[in-house]
Amino acid sequence: MGTLTNRARAHRVRALWMIAALLALLVAALPRAAGAQEESDATRVARWKALSQAIFPGRAMQDGGAVIQLDAPPRALDAALVPVTVDFLTNQPVKSVYLIIDDNPSPLAAHFTFGPKADVHSLKLRVRVDAYTNLHAVAETRDGKLYTTAKFIKASGGCSAPAGPDDAAALKDVGLMKLRLLGPFTPGKPLQAQLMIRHPNFNGMQMNQLTRLYTPARFIRTIDATYDGGNVFHLDSDISLSSDPVITFGFVPQHQGQMTVVARDSSNATFNHSFAIPGAGG
Amino acid sequence: MVQEIAPGIFARRGVDEDATAANDDAIANIGFVVGRDAVAVIDPGGSLQDGQRLRASILKATRAPIRYVVMTHVHPDHIFGAGAFQQDRPEFIGHQKLPQALAVRGDYYRKRLEEILGAGRAGPIVAPTRLVQAQDRLDLGGGKLLRLQAHALAHSDCDLSAFEQQTGTLFTGDLLFVQRIPSLDGSLKGWLTELNSLKSVAARRAIPGHGPVSVKWPAASLDLERYLNGLLRETRAAIKKGIDIDAAVGSVGQSERGRWSLFDAYQGHNVTQAYKELEWEH
Repeated sequence: MGTLTNRARAHRVRALWMIAALLALLVAALPRAAGAQEESDATRVARWKALSQAIFPGRAMQDGGAVIQLDAPPRALDAALVPVTVDFLTNQPVKSVYLIIDDNPSPLAAHFTFGPKADVHSLKLRVRVDAYTNLHAVAETRDGKLYTTAKFIKASGGCSAPAGPDDAAALKDVGLMKLRLLGPFTPGKPLQAQLMIRHPNFNGMQMNQLTRLYTPARFIRTIDATYDGGNVFHLDSDISLSSDPVITFGFVPQHQGQMTVVARDSSNATFNHSFAIPGAGG
Repeated sequence: MVQEIAPGIFARRGVDEDATAANDDAIANIGFVVGRDAVAVIDPGGSLQDGQRLRASILKATRAPIRYVVMTHVHPDHIFGAGAFQQDRPEFIGHQKLPQALAVRGDYYRKRLEEILGAGRAGPIVAPTRLVQAQDRLDLGGGKLLRLQAHALAHSDCDLSAFEQQTGTLFTGDLLFVQRIPSLDGSLKGWLTELNSLKSVAARRAIPGHGPVSVKWPAASLDLERYLNGLLRETRAAIKKGIDIDAAVGSVGQSERGRWSLFDAYQGHNVTQAYKELEWEH
């Protein structure tokens, strides 16, 4: 990647963080029902309107039913680990996809930007969900159009619920990574891979009731996956990603090579791993 | 209704339901041991009122003072009744990890419980005043002797069991579920290990955390053992086959359906916990 791209990226990261800060204010200002669980449809529509205007100012949003499909359990089994799948239904070139959890304290959970080595077919990740909420996926095609689809999900406490009782234990293996190929390796054919990263993704909302102190936020901000030097995806993420993030994505290996993953967290730690593809087991 | 299941051993069966305003969170098995000199409560109940009712039963059964309140682990259905016993100034006894677990989760549990039961009805968080590192014993007089055992990560991270020597009665806490589907909040592998060691306790009967209040020991552990082993085997197999967590929750352990109450409410949660624990194994 050239310097210009890196600078553009740094700029984009800053822009996203400004958006995140704005969103937090905005969400706080919106009316919330007791427990934020039973809200009227009108309130949800108003919230999404405000959110989409903050994240995509001045841009038209089209119904994305024919472009993307969003899957998540209607009722979360574990609010701190809600598996979400985004499937891309058309051959329209998708440049990036946003995942927005409307009622989370920081709604913009993830923004994936796909590179030339990506296979934009299906994407999976795991998120925290704090209240009954709509999830929105927004696909941005290369021509700059935005397509959105939504799914309502019943979950509560995913952000404030403590992930585990022991912060020190949670940080023991921080940065450890695994990559699994989910199909046979055939040069030139799309392949799904699952990336696992050990990281507690502390979101700063978990309070120790004795000390009245919050476990300080420490979470993954970006992940870059490249294959043989070409970008597969860049992810800007946030506190809504589950602890020990797992991301399933597609790429197209033209030949045997190296998948390099670089993750950066909010305390400026960088975790770097390279995986031989197809690897010993592939 | 409290029953005397052996001389001086009293237990109240919890209902096989989730907490509701109607059941007062009286969903766990709770009870007490009456000695010549003292009474030990083993699990004070799921809410302040549940604890108050248990206390009333004790006052009817004996004039011996309530000297000990044993809290088998951090889950609200077992310990939120502790506030009812503060007036007796007993020692509140818990696993050495209970204070930390309460610090991290107590207030969160209390809020959730108040949402269900109504404001003020959950009861206060009572921290243990006497901690069990490994073993401890409580002499209640007249031959009634309780041997307490702190367990490693199993059902939860702070499981305590109690064996009453004179009558051969084992209070398992939630290390044993009978008829009601177990819920996993610690470690699947750890639970199997601790269950195995608990089986060597030469008890005539056990009082499980949930289910009928008096069961044969160790025969009554077989269903739980089969369930946990099946969960371990099938979750590992799913991970190995590349079946993702969202698909695994619908397929793993389905042969157990019909053998447990509340299966559908907890199975997906248990698979999620097991998957999270086991996916880093390979």
